[in-house]
Amino acid sequence: MITLETYFDYVILPILAISVMMVFIRLFKGPSVVDRVIALDLIITTGIGIITVYSIRSNQAVLLDVAIILALIAFLGTVAFAYYIEKQKDD
Amino acid sequence: MIDIILAILSSIGALSILFASIGILRMPDFYLRLSVTVKASTLGVGLLLICAAIMFPDVSVTTKAIAIIFFLIITAPIAAHMIGRSAYFTGTPLWKDTVIDELAGMYNKETHELESKEEEAENPPNEEPNIAKSDEETE
Repeated sequence: MITLETYFDYVILPILAISVMMVFIRLFKGPSVVDRVIALDLIITTGIGIITVYSIRSNQAVLLDVAIILALIAFLGTVAFAYYIEKQKDD
Repeated sequence: MIDIILAILSSIGALSILFASIGILRMPDFYLRLSVTVKASTLGVGLLLICAAIMFPDVSVTTKAIAIIFFLIITAPIAAHMIGRSAYFTGTPLWKDTVIDELAGMYNKETHELESKEEEAENPPNEEPNIAKSDEETE
């Protein structure tokens, strides 16, 4: 019988790490800019998940503040990229 | 008992994030990739945050986790819509086996406004949908 701590350590965190690695492949080879933008967005969202699991494991609730800031930055970054990519086409 | 609930919730969350990343790697087209990633990753992170909210006994942590979930659910569709719209304007090609592109010719190229069916009858769209010829264009 495994405990919840070992389950988080040996199952959940490796799954999230593998996900980030696969998104990095798309970030490197994405044929257009917008592919890279959504890959970055997904990396940051997965990062929020990793921070959450890590804060559960290390019993540090303060780390969730970082997750709030990262969520904000991901949204603002994606919206700014979309705005300027659309503007760039006009000129 | 609460351990089992936490294990189930975190498993579903981690697996949705894994499926989102497999989708962004394997899907043949930008728009399909967009539609896979946003929903699955929001669900996954939301479930992991619910785990944290159950795990910590503090009220402040629960409030923080619910605030992050609320913020993600509000903002993820807006960001996805904006990036999909700008991708459509900049001419990102659709997948080569796309059946129908209902937006083709419906956007005003100058003002970036979407026109409705009645205006379309006056100026019939003569634009071809921007569908890729081969897999290499969108891969």
